[in-house]
Amino acid sequence: MNEYKKIELVVGAFVLAGIISISWMAVKLGQIGGVGASGYALEAVFEDAGGMRSGSDVMLAGVVIGRVSDVVINEESEAKLTLLIHDDISITADAIASVRTKGIIGERYVRISQGGDDTLLQSGDEIEETESAINIEDLVSKYIFSSSEE
Amino acid sequence: MSGELVVTHNWFVRVVGKLGRNVLGIVSWLGDMASITTSSLALIFAPPWQGRHVVLQLYALGVGSFIIIAITGAFTGMVLSLQGYYTLAKFGSESLLGSAVALSIIRELGPVLGALMLVGRAGSSITAEIGIMRVTEQLDALQMMAVNPRARIILPRIVAITIATPLLVSMFDIIGLGAGYVVGVEMLGVNAGAFTGEMVAKILPEDLYAGWVKAVVFGFLVGSVCTYMGYRAVPTTEGVAKATTQAVVIGSVGILMMDYILTSFFL
Amino acid sequence: MIRSEKLTRRFGDVTALDQTDVSIREHAITVIMGGSGSGKTTLLRLLAALDIPTSGSVWFDGDDLAQVSSKRLYELRARMGMVFQYSALLNSLNVYDNVAFPLHEHTKLDESVIRTVVSMKLEQVGLRGFEHLMPSELSGGMAKRVAFARALAMDPEVVFFDEPTSGLDPISAGVVTTLIHDLTQKTKMTSIVVTHDVQAGLAIADHVILLWQGKVIAEGTADEIRQSTDERVSQFIEGRPDGPIPFSRSTTPYIDDLLHSSGGVNS
Repeated sequence: MNEYKKIELVVGAFVLAGIISISWMAVKLGQIGGVGASGYALEAVFEDAGGMRSGSDVMLAGVVIGRVSDVVINEESEAKLTLLIHDDISITADAIASVRTKGIIGERYVRISQGGDDTLLQSGDEIEETESAINIEDLVSKYIFSSSEE
Repeated sequence: MSGELVVTHNWFVRVVGKLGRNVLGIVSWLGDMASITTSSLALIFAPPWQGRHVVLQLYALGVGSFIIIAITGAFTGMVLSLQGYYTLAKFGSESLLGSAVALSIIRELGPVLGALMLVGRAGSSITAEIGIMRVTEQLDALQMMAVNPRARIILPRIVAITIATPLLVSMFDIIGLGAGYVVGVEMLGVNAGAFTGEMVAKILPEDLYAGWVKAVVFGFLVGSVCTYMGYRAVPTTEGVAKATTQAVVIGSVGILMMDYILTSFFL
Repeated sequence: MIRSEKLTRRFGDVTALDQTDVSIREHAITVIMGGSGSGKTTLLRLLAALDIPTSGSVWFDGDDLAQVSSKRLYELRARMGMVFQYSALLNSLNVYDNVAFPLHEHTKLDESVIRTVVSMKLEQVGLRGFEHLMPSELSGGMAKRVAFARALAMDPEVVFFDEPTSGLDPISAGVVTTLIHDLTQKTKMTSIVVTHDVQAGLAIADHVILLWQGKVIAEGTADEIRQSTDERVSQFIEGRPDGPIPFSRSTTPYIDDLLHSSGGVNS
């Protein structure tokens, strides 16, 4: 019986260690119930999200301030992104959200540029001003088109 | 001419017949395994509660496998970091090392290597133990003492290993990430902030769920295959030896096949 | 109290037991004898409901063991005990826990009461004081006596013995047969013994059933069997190598095999 109590203790410690491992991964790596979920949500509609995926960074002045939590197509066949922003960061109502690329072939992120407005966006609000992804192919074709016209 | 036809015909019939027999054999084998596993699991709600035996099996199968899991996890993380560094350095993207290591370990290598180690360490011992109980008539003795061996022997083992696998795989993941960090940052000189930052940025909750679901499924697979092989072992010493080998082989192949299926669901 | 009716058990094409009717007398020792492959172990396993007959029934008082629900079977098993050929002690438990096993499983008795019962049972088989030993530390004869004590733990009405003397030295064999005889008389239980040990079997039997090729060829008291005029019976009792039960089990003519002619193995 005493032997069994000892085994029970070791098994308890083992299960506890496992649960701590799982929670550590969930909170630190997956940010489940962590920073992402405790932030507030803003929406932004883009004509071209440029292959943005949920999980991409949202940056302000080159600092990560949140993540893209959802990418869907709205009724007008535009890309509607839901951005989860850290609670301690406030975004002005006239801020501009643009889809940018880290480096030339790097991954997409959403860049926020603050405006000068005094009103701040609340959870669920939409960032009105958006700039779609810059498509290199479009740029190239525009250049060829404009140069052939001359 | 007609003689030749008859020969081809026979050959064809033989091959198709053999194929059919094998397929039927596998199907009936799977059916038998499913029936023993489900009939054992159904007893989880039937008194008497086998909690004490689940705890004992968690000790034998879970705690007992920790060392091997820790060693495998550490070396997996180290080699991934080393190998990944030299590949990524060619593109000048060493900063992605953290996310490369973390994604490989959490989505694939943790569950798969962890489960393969568990088949070898815990699964083989399950099959051998139950097989020996069969040879020495201990399973019959339990029956005669009105104790259902499915409830007493099979059920606690399946439950214990299904619980233990995700726990062990999470420990494998963390040890692997730690070891990968040490090699990548301390030894190869990757920027520590980039390593952890990229790691955290690229790991989504879905990746974690994928890893855990895999771990649970693999644990259950190992439990049901290995208990079944032991329970149905031919009751001789050679029979048990053969069953143990087969359990490890079938368990390992099953894990890899199931991994492909699950990965295709989660991508 | 136990009676079989047209009991048949086939394994594939082999008929191990063919339309057998036996009846076991209460409070007496019934010895089932026969050579290897005569079906005696099959009969014992069917009577103990460890195997399911191909056809026919086994009546245990009012219940047909071939038909009862597993729940009812577990209730009936509380009235049975069995001593297996290789003792079948649970090798993870010591002698005390093995003997106490049925009590722990099926009663809510206080541990002190169980301790008393275990001491009594071990005293009956002459092994009190060996409680702390593990099964692996016991000799064959001692293990069998512990198994006997375990079978008696629940004070069963019927105890089955599978080859109680096989693999034992003559003294241990004598001890075990004497124990079966004495305890059957003292506790008024019904004993069913399967053995190929003719002398030991006849010495303790109140009733003898002789099987040959899955059929009962003789039945009666030990004296009736000894004086039987049936050639097959006297051959078995005297242990003559050749007689109506042929020495050669070859199925093809010897001369054909030697000459490699048709009818041999090569055809």
